[in-house]
Amino acid sequence: MKRAGFASRWLPILLLVPQLSIILVFFYWPAAYAVKSSFYLQDPFGFGQTFVGLENYSSLADSAEYLRVTNFTVVFTVLVTFFSLALALLLAVKADKVIRGAKSYRTLLMWVYAVAPPVAGYMGLILFNQRWGPLTELFGMFGWEFNLRADYFDTAFAMVVVSVWKQVPVNFIFFLSGLQSIPKSVREAALIDNRSASGRFWDVTFPLLAPTGFFLLIINITYALFDTFGVIDTLVKGEPANNPMTLVYKVYIDGFRGNDLGGSSAQSVVLMLLVLALTVFQFRMVEKRIHYT
Amino acid sequence: MAQVTLDSVRKIYPNGVEAVTPASFQIKDGEFVVLVGPSGCGKSTLLRMIAGLEDITEGALSIGDNVVNTLDPADRDIAMVFQNYALYPHMTVRKNIAYGLKNRKTPKDVIAQKVDEAAKMLNLTEYLDRKPAQLSGGQRQRVAMGRAIVRDPALFLFDEPLSNLDAKLRNQMRIEIKALQRRLGVTSIYVTHDQVEAMTMADRIIVLNGGRIEQIGTPSDIYHNPASTFVASFMGAPPMNLVAAEMQDGILSFAGLELPLASSMRGPVTLGLRPEDLIIDSHGPLAMEVELIEELGAHRLLHGQVNGQRLTVHLAKEEQVALGPLHLSCRVQNLCLFHPETGARMDGGFAFNLAQDRMEERV
Repeated sequence: MKRAGFASRWLPILLLVPQLSIILVFFYWPAAYAVKSSFYLQDPFGFGQTFVGLENYSSLADSAEYLRVTNFTVVFTVLVTFFSLALALLLAVKADKVIRGAKSYRTLLMWVYAVAPPVAGYMGLILFNQRWGPLTELFGMFGWEFNLRADYFDTAFAMVVVSVWKQVPVNFIFFLSGLQSIPKSVREAALIDNRSASGRFWDVTFPLLAPTGFFLLIINITYALFDTFGVIDTLVKGEPANNPMTLVYKVYIDGFRGNDLGGSSAQSVVLMLLVLALTVFQFRMVEKRIHYT
Repeated sequence: MAQVTLDSVRKIYPNGVEAVTPASFQIKDGEFVVLVGPSGCGKSTLLRMIAGLEDITEGALSIGDNVVNTLDPADRDIAMVFQNYALYPHMTVRKNIAYGLKNRKTPKDVIAQKVDEAAKMLNLTEYLDRKPAQLSGGQRQRVAMGRAIVRDPALFLFDEPLSNLDAKLRNQMRIEIKALQRRLGVTSIYVTHDQVEAMTMADRIIVLNGGRIEQIGTPSDIYHNPASTFVASFMGAPPMNLVAAEMQDGILSFAGLELPLASSMRGPVTLGLRPEDLIIDSHGPLAMEVELIEELGAHRLLHGQVNGQRLTVHLAKEEQVALGPLHLSCRVQNLCLFHPETGARMDGGFAFNLAQDRMEERV
């Protein structure tokens, strides 16, 4: 087959330059800088730096606080991912069955997607406000004295709720389009083969949603790990000390509040490796397991 | 196995469109009935109502002795083969075939035995552990058949099952499906827009047009005795020639053809002539101008005009013919007369009141 090509060798490179330079300046350069500074101890006032080798990493491994934050991050990620996926799937399955007013129903469900994370955080602050938050009052009626920012568990609870609420619409859109791409006749064949609606869901619908679900799983893990920063920052702002936080938020706190740029860089390198592993895992899985026509 | 009865079954969609006007017919136990008609004639809607995939607006549908209007598809004791196979893409062939049985609490060993039997019958044994994506179109169609067979249902429903296959495979599968149905003796309803499939497979054909039943009859009935110009032109390839003729004083006249009929009808009529009932005859009354000869190997088709009206003639391969003028006669016993406006049959079968001794005559 004849390959279409450019007359000049430089033209394609020239066309790629804007994209490449953005990636270079905003992704690879900071990443490389983070790797480099993770091997140094920075003077807090920026007067100098000392090469310390892997000391930043080894002190991370010894830090009880880092372990605590890691544990919380794992729990937080699992909870946010699970609930935002499960709720979105439930809503998508129900929305898929709605015939009358389907469009407005779906649009309303997607609206939340347009809310920026810090704004979602502020809405959480209002809802969970100690004195007049409606949810706080509701919990009070059941005897739960909700204490945002003061109680570790309650703060974590609010973080999870707001993060899940923020992520459900994205998952909902993907699940709904996934559902609608299942051939109608396959569902009808199942209707003839199986009288139980839940049986049909788990035997036919759910497996056919697996590619969508797997893609969303990765997206949601990434979301819970990184994109919840805005929500967390808003909810715990000013008093992060005894409150739960995730690894990404700790990178920020240690680096920009604690002025420990070296330690913070080491943390971000660890996170980079985590993302790399997730990406490799995703591509492997997509290639191997989940395919159908 | 069971008989199927439709009593004034009607379908009106929420937007007010009447997809099926009240339809009543009965399908005998073990019978193979084909619903045929052009796109949008309501044949699929009718089938889907029988399957339970579409609500019945009015009327009663019975399978066996039970009215099943409100039963779920899974409770109607039917099996359906879909146009695009509708196999479960994530299950192996074996699981696809077994799925309906598994959900009916069939013992495992019975399932295994039935799946193996069906696979053997359909030549699928070596493909049992493959996924549908690894099969050809014909094999997928067989899996869909297998899924229906293992259930031993009271009724098979086929929704254009062959239209996604290429022509050669379609001919082969047509014969396989028919033979299988004969062997199993299961009452079957088959939807198609292909009149060849309808003619070759059906015990009885139901011709639908615009949501209405035009005619119900055996293939031979439908072909030789169409109830309307619609049926006459839809069934048969090439279709029946329909030309404008005139009845006057007991004489039917078209071009040079004059035929005494003992009938008091007068005025314009539509005359139907099957292409194979027209014969080349140098003394024949019809003068035709041949414009095109279609060579089909086993036979030929002449296309041309008689008195300004298009006509097609079916010709045996031995007969010599050339473009240009030609004389034809026709076998009168097979003529049909239709109402010029409504298209309804007017002579009511072979009601040409010709003297018996003239029936074999060519005019």
